[in-house]
This record gives sequence, C-alpha cells and structure tokens, in this order.
Amino acid sequence: MVKDQEYLEKKASYCLGLAKKLGATDTSVIVKNSVSETVNFRNKKLDESNRSDNLGISITTYIGKKKSSISSSNLLNDNLNILIEKCVETTKNTPEDEFNSLPDRDLLAKEVKDLNLYDDTHIENGQKIDYLKKLEAVASNNKKIVNTESSFTQNKSNFVLANSEGFCDGYKTSSFTASSVTVAKDEKSMERDYEYTSKCFVKDLDDADELGKLAANQTIRKLSPKKIGSEKIPIIFDKRIAKGILSTFASAISSSAISRGTSFLKDKVNQKIFHDKINVYDKPDMLKGLGSRNFDSEGVKTDTLKLVDQGILKHYLIDTYNGKKLNLKSNGRCGGTSNLYFDNGNINFKDLLNSSSKCLYITETIGHGSNIVTGDYSVGATGFLIENGEFKHPINEITIAGNFKDMFQNITLANDLEFKYATNSPTMLIEGMVVAGK
Amino acid sequence: MSNFFEKSDISRSEAENVVSQTLQKCDDGELYLENSKSESILLDDNKIKNSSYNSDLGFGFRAISGEVVAYSHSNEISKNSLKQSSENLKSTLKSVKGTYNHEIPKSNKKYYDNINPIEQKNLNEKIKILNDVNNYLRSKDDKVKQVTANFLGEQKSIEIIRSGGETLSDVRPLVRFNVSVMLEENGRKETGVYGVGGRQSYDTYLKDDNWKSVCDEALRIASVNLESKPAPAGEMKVVLGPGWPAILIHEAVGHGLEGDFNRKKTSAFHNLMGQKVASEGVTIVDDGTIDNRRGSLTIDDEGTPTEKTVLIENGILKNFMQDRLNARLMKTRSTGSGRRENYRHIVLPRMRNTMMLSGKHTQEEMIKAVDKGIFAVSFGGGQVDITSGKFVFNCTEAYEIVNGKIGSPIKGATLIGDGPSILKEVSMVGNDMMMDPGIGTCGKAGQGVPVGVAQPSILINKMTVGGTKL
Repeated sequence: MVKDQEYLEKKASYCLGLAKKLGATDTSVIVKNSVSETVNFRNKKLDESNRSDNLGISITTYIGKKKSSISSSNLLNDNLNILIEKCVETTKNTPEDEFNSLPDRDLLAKEVKDLNLYDDTHIENGQKIDYLKKLEAVASNNKKIVNTESSFTQNKSNFVLANSEGFCDGYKTSSFTASSVTVAKDEKSMERDYEYTSKCFVKDLDDADELGKLAANQTIRKLSPKKIGSEKIPIIFDKRIAKGILSTFASAISSSAISRGTSFLKDKVNQKIFHDKINVYDKPDMLKGLGSRNFDSEGVKTDTLKLVDQGILKHYLIDTYNGKKLNLKSNGRCGGTSNLYFDNGNINFKDLLNSSSKCLYITETIGHGSNIVTGDYSVGATGFLIENGEFKHPINEITIAGNFKDMFQNITLANDLEFKYATNSPTMLIEGMVVAGK
Repeated sequence: MSNFFEKSDISRSEAENVVSQTLQKCDDGELYLENSKSESILLDDNKIKNSSYNSDLGFGFRAISGEVVAYSHSNEISKNSLKQSSENLKSTLKSVKGTYNHEIPKSNKKYYDNINPIEQKNLNEKIKILNDVNNYLRSKDDKVKQVTANFLGEQKSIEIIRSGGETLSDVRPLVRFNVSVMLEENGRKETGVYGVGGRQSYDTYLKDDNWKSVCDEALRIASVNLESKPAPAGEMKVVLGPGWPAILIHEAVGHGLEGDFNRKKTSAFHNLMGQKVASEGVTIVDDGTIDNRRGSLTIDDEGTPTEKTVLIENGILKNFMQDRLNARLMKTRSTGSGRRENYRHIVLPRMRNTMMLSGKHTQEEMIKAVDKGIFAVSFGGGQVDITSGKFVFNCTEAYEIVNGKIGSPIKGATLIGDGPSILKEVSMVGNDMMMDPGIGTCGKAGQGVPVGVAQPSILINKMTVGGTKL
C-alpha cells in the first residue's frame, strides 16, 4: 500500500522544522511514495514479475539568497538529521543568487480540485496475467510473428509538497499501463513494433486483444522494407512521432532555455512561429488527464495556457527562478507542461495522405537529433512510402532533416487528435524536409 | 564499506536466512544491497545554479526459476519489508523446482581504489574551479555567450548476499567534469561540449590546471561549428576519428551482441555466431578490467568478476556478453556483464568498455582515399533498433572531404547504418586507438549505466549522412 497523506505530511513538517532550527530562512520539501507492480510475458509465458516500492524526499534550503538541496530514499529521522545539517551547511557555503526564492505567496495554489486522477482498484497479478494471456494469444496469431513481449503495470503514487510559506498539499494518483512489443520475420528482414495503452483508471484501458492485434499488424506491415533515394519530399508524422515535435517545442520555450539564451525561440513571444492555422494548448485540469495537476512542483497554481494562438507564440513555460530573471511571473510550469496538445486541424487523415501524390509516412524515429539552440533537426527514420494516398511499401535506413524554424511554418494538422499520452498531436504533415537515403 | 544492517531491526544472519529460505528451490537469485552518495555542483549563466547531494539506500531481492524472474525492491531494509519481498517472490514462482547454482568465480583483482571522491575535494574548491572556468572562457573569446560547467561525483557501495550466505561486495567511485559553451556571432549560435571522468578523484582529471584543456576543447568545437555549413544528404564514404566516435561500435554491434537479445532471438546477430560479421583486421572486445575507466568494474552487479571479452576477432563473431541468467539458459558462462542502474532495477547483460583494437593504417591514408565524403570527429549520442539492426549517431564535429582533402566543417547531422553489415564496409583500420575521455552513459530498458568506448580511426566505405544539402 502506498503511504498515506498523514505519514508524508509528518515527514515534511519534521524537515521544515529542523531546517528552520538549523538556520534555513526558507525551505521546501517534497515527499513521495510510489508502489508499482508489473508482470511481463514473453511468448505466451510468464517472464518476470516486479514489485517496486519507492520512497523519496527532496529538500531545498535557503539562507537569504543562498540555496542548496539534498535528496534521499532513506526517511529515517537519523538520516534526515544528518542530511538536513549537511544541506544547511552547504547552503551557507554556496554563493548568493539574487533570483533564488520560494514562489510568491499569492501565486501558490489555494484550492486542490479532485481531477479524478486516482483509481483505488487493485489489479492482482493473476488478473494482469489473464489480460496478458489474452493479449499475447492475439499478438502471436500470425505465423510471421516470431516473438512477443508484453507487460501490465499498476502504479499508485502519493506525494506531499510543503514549504515554509505555509503551503502543504498533495494527492494520490494512479496509472495502469499495458504494452505489447512484437517481432516479425520474413526471408529478407526482421522488424519490431509496439502498441501501448496507459490510463488513470483501469476500466479505461484498451482491450487486450485490440492491443495485441494492433501491435502485430503494425509489425508485420514493416517487413521487407526498402531504402529510398535522397530527395526533398513531404513527410507525414504518425501521431506517436508528431507528439515528439511538440515536446521539442515545449523545451525550446522553457523559461530556463529562454533566460540562458539557448533557444531558437528566444524573443519570439507575440511573433508568428507556426503556420496561422496552428493552436497549442497546455491544459492542466483535464479530468483523468495523464499530465493533469493542481499545481506545479513549486506549489504554484496552474491555469490553462493557449501557448500558440493562430500561429503566434503567446507564452513561455515559466518557473519562479527563471521568471524572476526574465521579470515575468511564474505561470506554474516548473517541471514542464501538463496536458500539452496541438488543436485539431480541419482536414481528415485520408485527405492528408492524399494531399500530395508522393510522400513519406513516418512511424518511428531514432537518435537524439533535435538541437534547440539552432533549431536543427536530423534523425533516423522508419515508415512507409505513400503514393496517391496509398501505402506502397515500408522504408528504413533513411534520415529526415530540417530546421524547426522552417518546419513549424509548414505544418498541416489532421483532425484526429486523441488523448493517449500527456503530450498529444493529430497526424502531422510537414513540407520541405530533406530525406537522405541511397 | 557500508554496514547495511547497522541501523536495521534485522541482523545480517537473519537476512541470510531469509535469502536462503526464499531461494531454496530456485535456479539463481540474490539479495542486492546498495548505498550510494552522489553530488552535483552546477555553474550556469554566471551563477552557481545548483549544489545538491543525494543519498540513496535500498535493496533488490531476486529469485529466478527457469526463465522466470521475480523481483522486488524497497528502500526500507527491515524485517518487515524483506519478508514482504520474500512473499512477493514466492507468490510469483509458485511451483519452483530448480537447483541453486552456487558457482561464483573469485578474483582478487581490483580496478579502482576504495575512495569517496565527494569528500576528497571540498565544496569551496569545486565552486572556485567552476568560477575559474566561467571567467576563463568568457575572457578568452568575446563570442562566448553562455557557459555551463559541472561536477558530478558518486560513491556506490554494493553488497550481494547469495543463498547459503556467500557475500560479495564492492565500493565504486565515479566522477565526471563537464563544460559546455555557447558562442554567438552575427545572430548565429552554436555550442561545444567536452568532459572528462572516471573512477578516480576529481583532481586526477583536473590537476595542473587541466580544466583549462577541457575548456579549450569545448571552445574549439563550438568555434568550428560556428563556421559550419549544411551537411550533405545521401550515401558516402565516412572517416571516423579515434576515441569517442567508437559509439558507432557500441550502437552498431555492441547492443546486438548482448546475451538477452540473442537468447530471445530478437537481435539481428542471433544466428551469426562463428560467422564473418566484419572486415578482416577488425577486432572488438568488451573489457571491464581497465584500471579506473568509467566502464570498468571489479565485480559486476551479480558478483561475477569482470573480464576482457572478445566479441569479434579478425572479423569473426566469437562471443556474446552474458549475465548469469542468459548464460545459464544459453548453456555458457557469465562474462561478468550483468549490470543494473541501481537496486530499483533488474540485472541485464550490458557493455563495459567496448573497444575496436588498432590496425595498421594512418588517418592520413584514409582521408586521401576519399573523393567525396565526411570526416566525423565528435559525436553527441546514438541509438539502435536491435531487431532491424539499424543504428544512428549524431555528429557534433564533422568536416567534408573533397578529393582526399579535409574541407569545411559541416553542421551536426545524423548518420544511419545497418549494424550487421556496417563492419563489413570498414576498409581501413587505423593505428591510433584511443579511449574516450570518460563521459559515456548507455541506456537500455530505462536503465542508464556508465560505459566507455575506444577505437582507432576507421574508414567506412558507405554510410548514409542525414544532412539537408542534396
């Protein structure tokens, strides 16, 4: 069982008290506990069970404008005494930084809404096994599938965030996740693909057989890929890849990248950075949302932000420290975005495929090829050649490259948005990128 | 060494009894205890942004029967939580009938000293060096617009208790010092990053103002990139420089030779043992025994002493890297490659220091042999799709080669290739093998572990360069 609020609050207030006694002028504490239980299957048999019980505390102490932090998984008071003493001592020896401080009191969250983030249901390992048996039976149905791996995880977490300004709050969250990874083989090639479902409430999970069927089909259709020539060609990003482009956008507008001057989107607020049909939202109060939260990791209240309005950048993602540095108020984005998404475009998936006579449909990228300083983008890719709206054949061993500044201006979105992850995008078409192949 | 039971309500002998009872009819398993202390001191944007210290304590209890692994971990080393874990393992492995394998090779060799690098240098000295770095770089070149530098230090104590009370332990120091610099000229920004590290004190790497050479290298890379032009797109010849570019080896063949993927037959290499997978003259080893290297280990995380494992010898595939589980199921022996990020994770076969050994050619010969291609000197990171064998890595310093001569620098680009065939395209192996500077972390199944790589310069006949210039 995950530890209750009372235990976490007791630990937090112990730390606040001790830090104050030892000379800290301000302190913030996060105490977390998460318990997760996973069962893995491989080739229709039990492969692994894993129970993980994680307890952790992180404490930041301030002495005036000096700051230092410690974290530990050992919550015995003996150990906390040693660590807090060390933390306060280190704080004294760390140089001042005029922007160090707790969040402004009037920005702290006042009410904590029930966002429906916790499902008390406990799924026994036996039930996980039943789900995985059903999943793998379907996933391994086709002879071309030579290996199946799947897993089911239940995670329950609880946390308390407290600071010396009197803030003290936290709540339980849960997640249930199932995934299926399959390997398919033919004479010429061996390919792997996956499908995945994750929800706050177990009853909202996709059906096991649906998941297994999708994973297998997505893998089989990748068999016998071809390499294509190098050329400039329109590229369609599957939703699971398109969301990555949105994540890169989010890191480029984080107040830390902006205040350090290391983002290609610095000084672009109120400027048009996307095509004018593009709108981006970050909505923290979605019921059952995978990224939902009542406040950020400093306790600052989080409101919905329309980050991009008709192509125009409206906000950075601001925390307390970088906000002070930029002379802006925190908008509750310490720790990043919540439920971030591109709003739907006004063209359906089929029409998007048909929008040019020849294009690539990308289902997977590999490599860390996004540079937020320059905006340069270059990654390895796998997908399909599309001709006149039809999937022609799988392709691999190519790279796709461009610069986000141009790519953002050339995005067309389909109207098929769904909330499968915390960050979501409809299917995305980008024109003007370069494919390197043969 | 940590005494894990000092402040616990369970004694060592009681814990040993729980381990022996739980693992009675299992094929393998252990109680793994870990106590790690780590620090991070970061200078960024002219300020000490972060000084933090972490102390982490916990155990992971594993039981294996046949192919099935049951694992449970917790932060509380207590009677209650050990009992709960034990019950959890037993409930997964309902009808076990294995034979516990007590065989653990012994060795007295140690590849690093029992030190705590965090305590060996005080905070003020670390802060002073970080400030010196900042001032040095900003005064050296007025194009410098941002400097980030940090110290990362760790001491990890582990203990492994096996059924019957066998106990193995290790204390592992690890440090890293990094500098990143951003230049701006005429509105254009580029960065350069460099770092050093290993399993010794910070001073070993930074003494005699050696931090200045780390700064100089980061600044040099950034300056080169400021002059870079768009990279070409398409298939061409590639010359790789020595040292860190060996992440090519790590991604292209290293992961594909890890035991688990081959036992499961999901690696593109699983049916190639004894076959020619690389050009003649190509020999690749994975070595955990080099003194003080980032990827070195005295014992792996299952207690097996590490070794130098020959993976590919003169082009022929010789061995996979094995942990105990995969070795037993593939009827071979562990190569001391069983590793985990920490007690929260299960053991997997992993790389240590992966190296391609020297050949007889010079880098000059290689450049001369290229009409049109690129010369790649430094890389960011890489990734591989084990099953299809396709891998990528990202250049952070590269030049075009035109008619046998090194030309202008080119922008960062991703290179993509096919693991099982790329080493057959190696047409020259250099005589200049070099280790990387000690900065690599390898990710697999969500677990990061410190690794090293090394290689001489090599010439590859054909690779796809992912630039934008057609």
